[in-house]
Formats: sequence, structure tokens, C-alpha cells
Amino acid sequence: MHQEYTVVEGDFVNAGKASSSVKKTLKQLNVDPTKIKRVVVALYEAEVNAIAHAYGGKVLVDIDSDKIKMVVADKGPGIPDIALAMQEGYSTARPEVRDMGFGAGMGLPNMQKNVDKLNVTSEVGVGTTVEMEVNF
Amino acid sequence: MKLREIAKLLNATVCIGENRLDEEVEHAFASDLMSDVLTLKDTPMLITGLCNVQTIRTCDMATLDIIIVVRNKKVTEDMLELAEDNGMVILSCAYSMFKVCGMLYEAGIKPLF
Repeated sequence: MHQEYTVVEGDFVNAGKASSSVKKTLKQLNVDPTKIKRVVVALYEAEVNAIAHAYGGKVLVDIDSDKIKMVVADKGPGIPDIALAMQEGYSTARPEVRDMGFGAGMGLPNMQKNVDKLNVTSEVGVGTTVEMEVNF
Repeated sequence: MKLREIAKLLNATVCIGENRLDEEVEHAFASDLMSDVLTLKDTPMLITGLCNVQTIRTCDMATLDIIIVVRNKKVTEDMLELAEDNGMVILSCAYSMFKVCGMLYEAGIKPLF
């Protein structure tokens, strides 16, 4: 099953819509609730990142019987040092992002903790792609 | 402790979830940082000063469904709508986060960690 969502820059009100929709789908498919939580927490953090840091992007979700693959691809400034961005507590978030309850440098580490596979690729001035997989 | 008793103790308004006030609550977690809430494995009641639609979405993702909003922050219509869709309870009170935590701890509500 393939699903696609569009992420709009700065659209915090709708941050989490894709994750919420994926949650409903996985519930309908009777996926283990602890796995659902891991999936949606990781996807939600990725969605918030794309809205907070980039100029918009896409969320692509592929659900199979044994796993879910999620790709959040944004057009944006990119991440110059991915290892640094993966460090808990490191953040470049604007005050507006912090006002929404995010921006404490926990996003990428939270994703890492919840997924079975995480791959972050980024090109400065072009954008960032976060690929995640959770096995059911 | 029943939600009804919590609402009374905190002199709180029940914004939504009147039908769940006889439910028992054992644990609470207090944070304004939603990424922190997203790290929780358990599903405690959330005490927060962050009052926007992301509070509700975060609780939805983290499978938390009881929220106490402190300092009389305005719970907006879009928050209520989303909370209703997810069958959540929202209580709103005037006290500070520190005071709410102290009162509930004293009343027997337990921390997670």
C-alpha cells in the first residue's frame, strides 16, 4: 500500500497530519500497537523537521505485510554535518519551532530510537531525505 | 485517583471528556517539550503549559489521552475538535505547573521515573 503526503513550509497547524493518517491505516491493518507507536513517533518527528527546517517536501509511505517504509524528502537548506545533527541536544530550530514544543535537538535521536533502519542523506542548499523502516 | 477528584482538587474546568471523569489515573508526566513526551513508553496523564494543536497531536502519536493544561491557557476550537476525534480528556486550571505537580503528587499521583 502506497501513500503520499505533501508537507508545507511553516505549516505547523498541519504538522502530524501524515502521521495521524498512517496511524489510522496501521490500526485498521491490526498492526501491533507498540509498533504503531514507534512508527508514528518517528514519522511525526520527521514531519515536524521538514516543516520547521525546510521549504516543504513529501512524505512517502509504503506498507507491506512485514514492514513499513517511510521517506520524508524535503527541499531545503540541507544538513552540513549529519553526525552533529544526530547528537541529542543539538538544534538549529527557530524560536517559532520551540513555541510549538519542539526544537530541543531530540528529533533525529527520537527517530533513531524508534525505527529499525534510519538513513539520512543531505545536500547543502538542496535538501534532506530521511528514510526509515520499521519491521512488524 | 478519579479524574473527577483531580478536576475538583485543581479547581479545573473540564474542556472535553466529561464522560470519562470516573476513570482512575495513577501516573502523570509534566512537560512543555513535546519531543520529550514522544520518548515515553507508558501513557501517563500529561500536565503541560504548552497549549496548541501540537499538544494534542503529540498526545495522539504518543497514545496519551488525558491532558491538564495549566495557567488558564486558552484551549482552542481546533484543539477540542482533534481531542474529540481521539476521545481525549482535557482539564484546564489556573494554577502553575509547579503547583499542579505538587498538589497531585501529594494526592498520590505517581511519577513515571
